[in-house]
Amino acid sequence: MELATGRGKLFANPSTRLSRDTFSAKSRCLTPKVTTVAQAVRELVRDGDYLAIGGFGTNRIPTAVVHEILRQGKQNLSFAGHTATHDFQILAAGNLTGRGRTLARVDSAYIVGLEARGLSPHARRVMESGEVAVTEWTNYALAVRLQAAAMGLPFLPSKTMLGTDTFERSAARVIECPFTGEKLVALPALSPDVAAIHVHEADVYGNCRIRGTTVADGELARASKRVIITCERLIPHDEIRRDPHLTAIPFFCVDAVCEVPFGSYPGNMPGEYFSDERHLKQWLEAERTLEDYRSFLEHFIFRSADFWEYLDKCGGAGRLQELRQQELFFQRPSEGTSQQAETRR
Amino acid sequence: MTYTAIELMICAAAQALENNKIVVVGTGVPCAVAMLAQRTHAPHLTIMFEAGGVAPILPTMPISVGDSRTFHRGIMATSMAEIMQFCQRGLVDYTFLGGAQIDAYGNLNSTVIGDYERPKVRLPGSGGACDLASFCWRTLVVTKHDRRRFVKKLDFLTSPGYLTGPGARERAGLPADTGPYRVITDLAVMGYHPQTKRMQVLSLHPGVSWDRVAAVTEFELESADPLTQTPPPTADQLAILREEVDPHRYILGRALA
Repeated sequence: MELATGRGKLFANPSTRLSRDTFSAKSRCLTPKVTTVAQAVRELVRDGDYLAIGGFGTNRIPTAVVHEILRQGKQNLSFAGHTATHDFQILAAGNLTGRGRTLARVDSAYIVGLEARGLSPHARRVMESGEVAVTEWTNYALAVRLQAAAMGLPFLPSKTMLGTDTFERSAARVIECPFTGEKLVALPALSPDVAAIHVHEADVYGNCRIRGTTVADGELARASKRVIITCERLIPHDEIRRDPHLTAIPFFCVDAVCEVPFGSYPGNMPGEYFSDERHLKQWLEAERTLEDYRSFLEHFIFRSADFWEYLDKCGGAGRLQELRQQELFFQRPSEGTSQQAETRR
Repeated sequence: MTYTAIELMICAAAQALENNKIVVVGTGVPCAVAMLAQRTHAPHLTIMFEAGGVAPILPTMPISVGDSRTFHRGIMATSMAEIMQFCQRGLVDYTFLGGAQIDAYGNLNSTVIGDYERPKVRLPGSGGACDLASFCWRTLVVTKHDRRRFVKKLDFLTSPGYLTGPGARERAGLPADTGPYRVITDLAVMGYHPQTKRMQVLSLHPGVSWDRVAAVTEFELESADPLTQTPPPTADQLAILREEVDPHRYILGRALA
């Protein structure tokens, strides 16, 4: 029986030898890792790195880190795009805007779109230009690839992508099960060089708590060689020890901890604040022409010293309070600035 | 009682969901379909979202399949892999998918329009669609019926329907007895012929002729025997849909896409 092989490029080496060597050198010290976003990005994100971003596109995303990657002009990155929506949109702003080429290679499961909000005109420009190499996967395939790396294995089998062009353009391989003889898709381990994940709470050592869905972040934190955590709030180490079952990511997976309140803005943060649909819409509209988009990016990203300044430009504390009330249903939709009213506008 | 095309589509799709089953939905119309089914004939239908939300009591329509509404008062908030693994091991009965193109075997394209290497339009890609289409027992599609969408040949096969016909899914290695189940459009309800696995019209919506459906479908459609008429929404369904499921007309007020 001839078994199919996807003809997409593999952008990350699935070798367990390589990743064991990296993890062997990783610090196990219970030392404070609190730093600034600028410092973390400067030290931990390198040109040419394979980058992955936690959360789900507009939900629990480490926005400050993604902005900073753009501000520091990091180049030639590979990227894991599993439901990458607003995060992908920000990174794509580093291509075709006169700042070199931020994205060079993308493992794509979901890119370019912002779910029901529509397609990002600029991300489309970038991906249709041919300057970014793409290999196709699915959301589950990327989660399994991270899981394989997290398990210290070179691949894991699955039953997805069989018979499709998605498989044809992937770098997966069909294998035969040694026990049942059935066809399986072997998904190569993906160990990103660096990952950024936004969480609700972390202590200074990087022990993290996440409320709500974890998406693929449990796997991502364990698979990645370097991990930057941004958190809504720092909490005392004793708090972690009081409820160890709540720890989603342990300190020895983490390299930097940055306290960034409202750090998922304009995305949603479960139990904290809802997504700012008005700003996301403004962003999509600004992308229509390259000229408008350049000045939009200048204003919101490049001429903002840090994430605080960006939040101020987006309405500051007043707007953030509205989004918190939306998240917690303090403001009934009939009372004006509801999520529905805004989406319709 | 008057109703819109989208209301009819939601009601017809809800009829396809049985009680005591599990469905993975996205945002928008599929979410409204599952909510309506729960409030009518299927109170014990369990809703899941691919980012990890399990059995939420939806306070309002989610905007993202990963936003906090998708596990609001739910019974679990877990990982994407776990949701997909519930599907892969055969626990999930239904899923709803969409796409820019669908062919006669229910295969879907959500990756590119035009040539893959130099696409006219780069679309998002599979997301979780190919996973769900591979694993769930029955795949449903709710979409507008036009010739651009119902095509003879896809530009890219993102998510598997019946692939090239009878037995093709099994030969490819996909789980047996899974696959496309219903396509609900603004003109008709379609299923798949049990032998040929090609799309066939089960019922035409009130006032819609066969010729009108055939004219906006690029491939040759088959007809079920007998070909029936889609029952119009009941007053009860419409009241629940308008007053409870989508009182702010987030879905109902939208143009068909």
